[in-house]
Formats: sequence, C-alpha cells, structure tokens
Amino acid sequence: MPGPVAAPADKEDNFKPLPPTKPFQSTLRYPSSRKSIYDRNLNRTRVNESSLASFAYLFNTLITYHHSKSGSVSEIETRLNRAGYPIGTKLLDLLLYRQPPRTATRPTRILELLQFVHGTVWRALFNRTADALEQGTEKKNEYMIIDNEPLVNSFISIPKEISQLNCAAFVAGIIEGMCDATGLSTDGVTAHWAGEGDELWPGKTIFLLRFKESVVERDEALKAG
Amino acid sequence: MSGAGGNATQQLRLARHHHRNQRQSHYSHTSFTSTDNQNVRCSPFATYLPTNTPNRVVFALLIINKAGGLVYNRTFAPGLQKLDGNDYLILAGTFHGIHAISRQINPAPAAQHLPGYRRPPTTGLESLESSHFRLTCFQTPTGVKFLLFTSPEQPNTEVVVRRCYEIYGDYVMKNPFYSMEMPIRVEKFDRALGGYLVRP
Repeated sequence: MPGPVAAPADKEDNFKPLPPTKPFQSTLRYPSSRKSIYDRNLNRTRVNESSLASFAYLFNTLITYHHSKSGSVSEIETRLNRAGYPIGTKLLDLLLYRQPPRTATRPTRILELLQFVHGTVWRALFNRTADALEQGTEKKNEYMIIDNEPLVNSFISIPKEISQLNCAAFVAGIIEGMCDATGLSTDGVTAHWAGEGDELWPGKTIFLLRFKESVVERDEALKAG
Repeated sequence: MSGAGGNATQQLRLARHHHRNQRQSHYSHTSFTSTDNQNVRCSPFATYLPTNTPNRVVFALLIINKAGGLVYNRTFAPGLQKLDGNDYLILAGTFHGIHAISRQINPAPAAQHLPGYRRPPTTGLESLESSHFRLTCFQTPTGVKFLLFTSPEQPNTEVVVRRCYEIYGDYVMKNPFYSMEMPIRVEKFDRALGGYLVRP
C-alpha cells in the first residue's frame, strides 16, 4: 500500500501546522441602507427613539437572568445596579456632546449634577423630566430624585414574596455611574418604592443618592470661596 | 366527564333552546319587512336606546392556555351568578374540547391548497349566543383562548376581546415574574383590565 512518504521518525511527526486564519467575517447584520447604528451621527437624537416593547423584552430577559442567578432581593438589585453603571459613565459624555455647541459645561457641583440628572438625563432616557428633586431632611449628603411612574417599570408587576424589589435599580445604577464619572462619587444610589397607599401613583419611586462626605465637604468649600 | 361538567353543557343547551323559543315569539308579535330578521336578537327598540344603556355589559373574561387549563377568570359586573372554582375549570376544559372539535369538522368542501403546504387552519368556534349572553372566543396564533362573556346587546365584542389580548401582551407577557402557562396573578394586568372593562 503506497502510503504517504514516510516522515523522519522524530519529533516533527507530531507537528501539525496551524490552519490558516479565516478571513474576518462580520456577523453584524446591516439594514438595506447599509447603515448600522454605528454609522449614525451621535447628535441625531430625534430619530433615535427606540421601541418600548423591544426595550421591555430586553429588560425582561435581563431581570429573569439576574433573578435566576441571585438568592436575595438585595442581590438582584445590586446586579441590576451593576448593569446600569457603565451606561451612566458613557451617557455623561454623550449627553455633554449633544448639548448645543459652545454651551456644554460639565456639572461640577452637586446641585448642578442633580439638575442635570433630573432634566437632561431623564429627557434623554425617558423623554420627560423627573417629577421632583429633594434634599434629605436628616442628612445633608442625601438627595432624592422622585419619579412617579418609572418607564422601566411600566410592564412589571412584583410578586408579593419579593415586594421590596424595585427594578428601577437599573436606573439607579445609571445615575451612580454618572455621579462617579463627574467626580462627585457616591456611597451608592438606590431605588425605593414610595407609592404605598398612593391611589394616583402606585409605582412612585425614590432614587436616593448618598454622596460621600469628602464630596460634600469639597462642595461646601467651593461654595464658600 | 364528571357530573358537574355535564350540567354545564346542559345549561348551555337549555339556554340555546330558550333562545330559539324567544325568537319565535318575536316573529309572531312583530312584523318585519326586512329580509335579515334572522339576525334579530333582541327587542327592535333596543337600537333606539342611547348608547350607554345599562343592559350592555361585559360579564366576565376567561383565559384558557394552550393545554386547556384555566389561567385567568374574572367577573366584571356586580351581582352575577357564579359557579364554584372547580366548575370554572371544567367549563374551560369542556370548551377547549368543543373548540378543538369545531376546528376539525367542516361541512364545506375542502379548499384547494398547494401541495406540500399545510392545510390552512380553521378558526374554530368564534361566538356562541343565547338570549341572555353572548360568548366571544378569540384564539391567538399560539393557542391561548380569550373567552369574553357579554350581554347580547354589547356591540364590537371582537374589538373588546382584542383589546384584552393587547393588555395581556403588555402586562403579562412583558412581566419577568410570570411563568408561562401558569395562572395569571399579575397586579398591573388586573388594574389595566379593570380600568378598561369595569364601568364606574
């Protein structure tokens, strides 16, 4: 039987060259116009609205995944918070870029940041401003942003056994990322239900921002001089 | 089939029978000239009443999953006669079976279809009427059935049942804490349905 030419019986017997690398093939699917979301101008905000139903299904999957992976309500909230955090850090730059030319200013003070989140961020994400902005009565470093009906919760009903869970923790994560990106870091942003017994707004949610003591001290020093 | 199920179907049959009698009495007392008096279901004066008459009511909504199990059951008008919980389950199962039969039997000659393609599905039972109520059934492409019990005077029941399907799609299907094919205990679904169907 005429086999292949006998190779020298040494180490090279085991040597197999690596297969040639395949040419890069993009798995990205393009629409008929050949323009993907990456080709769009970052400033085009009006036409960039996305479908609420698509978002709802995506968010649904995110929650189901984290729910199956975690054992407690606080763990789900932490995981949702972590999912929102990188969005916040990037969203700050994007929104500053989208401000009218030569007017963009970074929020450098706590109050500016809060107004930026309450107005600009909420309008960019949910197409309306948040419903209220308050300072905590007991602690000076606590601020509250109040949303009567968070958009992310519009189709979500929480079962009784985990009634403490608020899926707007995802939005809290976005806010936390944004605070850290501006350099006004927090000890955490959390979402809490506040609509207990409220007929009109049963889904009312408070986002509690706890700024670090050092940040508050610096802010007061800036105010003084 | 247990005795209670038999009763349920018998009641339906009795209701239909009663309906037929009433129709005949209508014919004997009124003189219609139009040719479509087959469709007359209630007093001819009903059409002249203002649109918000109290006898136009949505009674109940039942949702049956694709396996024939009852997953949702709610009544909307006060003072209705109720079945007990088990009878509702039997009613749902019975209806599921009847619906499946009505999909199979078809006296009309079979429509031509291209070889290799599946025969187009028939819709099955769509509505059931008696003198006191009308049952509108809507089956989704995935096999979930919406059963809407209304008074016979209620117009546009197809539109109402489709709106119920939309509410179901929004608040049940987009809810991460609902497990498929299980009984629906979803707070926002209840509230949205109540807002749509309960009259103040």
